[in-house]
Amino acid sequence: MRIGTLIIGACQAGVQLASSLRELGDTEPIVLVGEEPHAPYQRPPLSKAFLKGEATADSLTFRTHEFYAEHSIELVTRERIVTIERDASGGVATAESGRRFEFARLALTTGAIPRQIPFDGSELEGVSYLRTATDAALLEQRLASATDLVVVGGGFIGLEVAAGARAAGKTVTVLEAAPRLVGRAVSEATSAFYLAAHRRRGTRVVLNAQVSRFLGQHDRVTGVELASGDVIKADVVLIGVGVIARTELAEQLDLTVDNGIVVDASALCSDGLTVAAGDCANTPNPTPNSSSTPGGIARLRLESVQNAVEQAKVAAATLLGLPAEYSTVPWFWSDQADLKLQIAGLSGGHDQIVLRGDPETEKFSVLYYRAGQLIAADCVNRPLDFIAVRAMLHSGQHLPADRAVDLSLPLKKLALPAPLPVLIGK
Amino acid sequence: MPSVTYISAAGNETAVAGFAGDSVMETAVRNGVPGIVAECGGSLSCATCHVFVCADSVFDPMQELEDDMLDGTAVDREANSRLSCQLKLRDADIRVTTPETQV
Repeated sequence: MRIGTLIIGACQAGVQLASSLRELGDTEPIVLVGEEPHAPYQRPPLSKAFLKGEATADSLTFRTHEFYAEHSIELVTRERIVTIERDASGGVATAESGRRFEFARLALTTGAIPRQIPFDGSELEGVSYLRTATDAALLEQRLASATDLVVVGGGFIGLEVAAGARAAGKTVTVLEAAPRLVGRAVSEATSAFYLAAHRRRGTRVVLNAQVSRFLGQHDRVTGVELASGDVIKADVVLIGVGVIARTELAEQLDLTVDNGIVVDASALCSDGLTVAAGDCANTPNPTPNSSSTPGGIARLRLESVQNAVEQAKVAAATLLGLPAEYSTVPWFWSDQADLKLQIAGLSGGHDQIVLRGDPETEKFSVLYYRAGQLIAADCVNRPLDFIAVRAMLHSGQHLPADRAVDLSLPLKKLALPAPLPVLIGK
Repeated sequence: MPSVTYISAAGNETAVAGFAGDSVMETAVRNGVPGIVAECGGSLSCATCHVFVCADSVFDPMQELEDDMLDGTAVDREANSRLSCQLKLRDADIRVTTPETQV
């Protein structure tokens, strides 16, 4: 039997990697193995449409079974790889069940798991995490009969679930340990807007909240106790405090790991053989020209659909020995109630912020500049601003800060051509 | 089952069987039809599932957000441009052309 590529992690990045190998002409066997019971599916709707009953694991699947068959991609579900060994010519991965998977080439798309917080009472029925379709189905079922939801963590996942539950008439409290919401991803201005917007919709938000324990009766959660002594009633608790990259297999292979599996711009790991892509990978900043602007981010781990897809394409090319470099303008989205947030670019290291539009109208953008150059934007219910900024960051067009505030013209009409050095380089 | 035909910018046709109620985007992605990226999975966030609808194919009229997003597609919009995540299949066969690029 011929031995080909083994992709560990049947997720967005894994499916893309397998599909891209075939698109690039690879005719060797491909095995895509994952521990979940479902064929690979979209995760973003789990905190949105899924909880409204508008989506299921089946409706969210990326590819039909016919697709896998026609493209000779062997999809293996319910197998968790626990040990792995390799040398330059290949190796073998072994699942918990004892099943062995030999490979000539190896890709890790192992994703991430929710960060757990070991509070007293974490084991109580009703305390939930959200990462998989199984988690979402359980949360949906719990919410159906619940009246009081407490969300621990004011990040995207928590706020999306909070907004949905509030719209469905639940009493919702969000507890955030930091002084502001979504502190990891957006600026103070955008955080302040989301605080006001969720409160306007009737969600209680507590900042600087220190959870001390979960309270329960008959093994079911009944409340959350804060360090202040306050107790907030809860029949469901969702903990959404970020994720941790799954690196245990990479560590077995002695690959360099530092907040994720460290890869280069071609998605290659430190052994020069294995590739990694998606939430599990720590990559050089893929933003075009990012290394030429001082004060920016050198490396990072991106948690997004776009990163899973684009990095997986690069990883597929690299496995086949084709030249490929990961270069893209990172982008993200979050739908909370009727608020559509779209983020283009990475705002880390910004030294100037420009507000375009009035947050009170719930339609505005926050533009981030570094050394006079536009580097990112948070766009709330302003999709055209988002599209324009993403295009400018790709092309290197310049948007002077003083022009960006002009709401009378669309952003794309306000951009100036790329500065001279970039033009010469083309 | 309605048949959906995707015609690439180069003129290659791919026909797949769809299901009433699914979108033209979902049908393409599930079957691995090239030419439709759909990064956001159909939440009207990315404008990477742009198609040109052929004259004999009929869909519900577009909403304002789709209209706005179409101003930001990689290949400029035309009168018959739509975002395929918003095109729900009914019983009739349909045909769309995909642009040269989506990003």
